[in-house]
Amino acid sequence: MENELVTLTASQKRARRSRSVAIGLALFALVIIFYVATIAKFGPGILDRAM
Amino acid sequence: MALVDKTAFDDAGRQMSEATAGDYIELLKPRVMSLVVFTAFVGMVAAPATLNPVLAVIAIMAIAIGAGASGALNMWYDADIDAIMTRTRGRPIPSGRVRPAEALAFGLILSVLAVMTLGVLVNWLSATLLAFTIFFYAVIYTMWLKRSTPQNIVIGGAAGAIPPVIGWAAATGNVSLESVILFLIIFLWTPPHFWALALFKSGEYGRAGIPMMPNVAGSLSTRRQMLAYAVLTAVSGVLPWVLGYTTAGYGLVAAALGIGFVHYSWKVLQMPEGDEVMKPAKSLFAYSLLYLFGIFAAYLADAVAQRAFMISGA
Repeated sequence: MENELVTLTASQKRARRSRSVAIGLALFALVIIFYVATIAKFGPGILDRAM
Repeated sequence: MALVDKTAFDDAGRQMSEATAGDYIELLKPRVMSLVVFTAFVGMVAAPATLNPVLAVIAIMAIAIGAGASGALNMWYDADIDAIMTRTRGRPIPSGRVRPAEALAFGLILSVLAVMTLGVLVNWLSATLLAFTIFFYAVIYTMWLKRSTPQNIVIGGAAGAIPPVIGWAAATGNVSLESVILFLIIFLWTPPHFWALALFKSGEYGRAGIPMMPNVAGSLSTRRQMLAYAVLTAVSGVLPWVLGYTTAGYGLVAAALGIGFVHYSWKVLQMPEGDEVMKPAKSLFAYSLLYLFGIFAAYLADAVAQRAFMISGA
């Protein structure tokens, strides 16, 4: 079967890069936010548990 | 390397997305969001309870994202009329940069994320109020009222007025009369603010088939109602002082701002029929933004000053 691939135009590539960077930053921010929020809500004791 | 060169991804010839991150940010209506953030922040700071600063920042962010999500849902539903009006035809959906289904998914996902974050990390009363606000704006206002009644922005204004109550509820876990008065100020301020815009954009609203008050009841009736709402806004603005929630400093600022609001509305009422330029309406629109910012800034300053005085006096 012949593969049909889409060739992105320059502006489509720029837009995709912009979206990718934004998604990456948003995910990173969410990780930080929920990490800090967990400690803020439950206190530093949440890190001090028997494994 | 592509075996077959093509830039569309299906037979219908739909192009790959050229939407940038900025287009998705535009879907969140950042200017409306900034007003929501500010008024929610004032409600949170004025509340007689202190939220953990980290959770307070997250609460404000969740409220902002929730407001933005409702903006995205609004743009998804209103893309057809946005394409008709010059003020809105450059928005991401009517301009073709973002597909409607993408905006819908974006709005729904952010709505759930914002409400769940606020509920799990802060409290469920504020999360419920945020969920109600999103529902009210996206469904009650956008899908129903906006296209069916000239009272659309009067009733729909409730959605824009709730943020300080959400901020208050996030800090205290309840809703008090003081927070309801903050709601009332924005609720009563909304009709003169939007109708000032509707007056000088009435042709556009008419072409889009939106029954704004100037198109339905006429210019004179709208201008009379605007003055009445401006008087009620000015009165509600000084209520926090009258009821003893704030100092006289706030009361004087609120009274001065309120007199200005009534003055500009009076000028709009006196505007001659057939005035094409509508300078008084444009001035009122600009002043209304200054009024709301000013009154909430004064409220914030008063709350902070009172708290600082209590701490230093204790």
